[in-house]
Amino acid sequence: MSDHSNCKKNPLAIDRRTALKGLATGVAALALPASDASASVWEAFFQKHFRELSKVELKQVLARLSKEYSEEYGKEVTVKATPAIEGVKYGYGLDLSRCIGCRRCVYACVSENNQSRDPQIHWIRVMQLDKEKGVDLSRAEHYYNPKSVPEDGHFYMPVQCQQCERPPCTKVCPVQATWKEKDGIIVVDYNWCIGCRYCMAACPYGARHFNWGQAQLPAEELNTDTHYLGNRPRPIGVVEKCTFCIQRTREQPGRYPACEEICPVGARKFGDLNDPNSEIRYLIENKRVFIFKEDLNTQPKFLYFYAT
Amino acid sequence: MNRKSLMFALMVAGLLTAIGLGILGPVQAAKEKYFDRSGRLIVEEKQAAELLRAYDTKNREPEKTFPVPPPPFSEDIFPCSDCHADMEPNLQRRELEDMHTDIVLHHAEGQRWCLDCHNPNDRDVLRLVSGETIPFSESYRLCGQCHGIKLRDWKVGVHGKRTGYWNGDKQYLLCAHCHNPHDPKFKAMKPLPPPVRPGEARH
Repeated sequence: MSDHSNCKKNPLAIDRRTALKGLATGVAALALPASDASASVWEAFFQKHFRELSKVELKQVLARLSKEYSEEYGKEVTVKATPAIEGVKYGYGLDLSRCIGCRRCVYACVSENNQSRDPQIHWIRVMQLDKEKGVDLSRAEHYYNPKSVPEDGHFYMPVQCQQCERPPCTKVCPVQATWKEKDGIIVVDYNWCIGCRYCMAACPYGARHFNWGQAQLPAEELNTDTHYLGNRPRPIGVVEKCTFCIQRTREQPGRYPACEEICPVGARKFGDLNDPNSEIRYLIENKRVFIFKEDLNTQPKFLYFYAT
Repeated sequence: MNRKSLMFALMVAGLLTAIGLGILGPVQAAKEKYFDRSGRLIVEEKQAAELLRAYDTKNREPEKTFPVPPPPFSEDIFPCSDCHADMEPNLQRRELEDMHTDIVLHHAEGQRWCLDCHNPNDRDVLRLVSGETIPFSESYRLCGQCHGIKLRDWKVGVHGKRTGYWNGDKQYLLCAHCHNPHDPKFKAMKPLPPPVRPGEARH
């Protein structure tokens, strides 16, 4: 007697196909938000990729996020998605001859861009290097903490996202949650990021940071002027990075990035690479420019220079 | 008249003629050579006066002014004429003992003193080497007399801190907003705390 006929005889037996189907449906149901979840959770769950959103959908998404954040932090939070200004390509210059390593930029960035205080996330990392040895990363020290800076025999090199023209990080993203915008800024769609951290492995500058825990962000310190692709509060398990203060620089008129504004020695320069009269073009044409890890051909738009 | 004095008279006459010709003769033209951005050599015929425009103090264009916030005066010190109007300026280089003792000059002090920059006859303005007087709000021109390259960089926004709008109104700062003009070198400062080491995180 065959197994097949055996099965038919038992009225309670279910065949393998039905069992697997049932199991799959059950698992899928578990993964979905619970049935009593609010409408916004469902909306977030079925939200499209940022670049596939229609204008109406984008408006709804922004309104939903704004409402969510406002409720969570108890104050009015605006979330915008200002598009790139036509014909602009941002460039950044940092004067290595001026930087004194005071880390004012690091903390200005943290408060402007709503980085998590604990677990700590810093988009800017300042390296202390030997004047004798130049940019030798095996001698870089970023935990330096003397009584006063600059220290004799050292120079300082802040590193943040270099906004590469050929970014290795966006290439490796399996879900295209990170990409280069028209104005050259590399952005992340935090709602689309799956947290695989491939981009962090690909970035040669260590400029990407992962939200290992729920971001601790005091409501009174929250910057309420936020951008969808920039400084809105990030959920756990996504990657974030410097966006040249997208919420400021894409406005017309656009303020300078927070790190540029705070620098006490005026070492930081920002402008439009396409504008021949901009500061950044002047320094490219007239100063000695250093490109960090130039051999990798990432073509950064963050340039180190020597003004003296 | 002996031969010696005749020779002398001739020489003087010749010299005077040469000078006269120099003044009245054709204007000297000169070639200006420079490389353009693509590295091509450009040669242009220019009048000598044009080449030396920077030194032509009478005919040169007025300086472009920059929008700057008010100069950082110590409290209640400006206008200086409140006290100085009735005082006879003492041009004798000396160490000040009664007033302004808080100012310690540490800026090539061997080569200058107060009245090299402050105008002795009207203390409310500064004085350039050329004798031109300028308000404190244009003090960058005074600094630029020695620090010309810095002034050039400052004008295009590469030296000094730029705030405001990158594509709108840019806020310039005077040299004196960041550098103490009497002691311009930046003082060392305490760095903000370093990042938490991975092992130190409380998680």
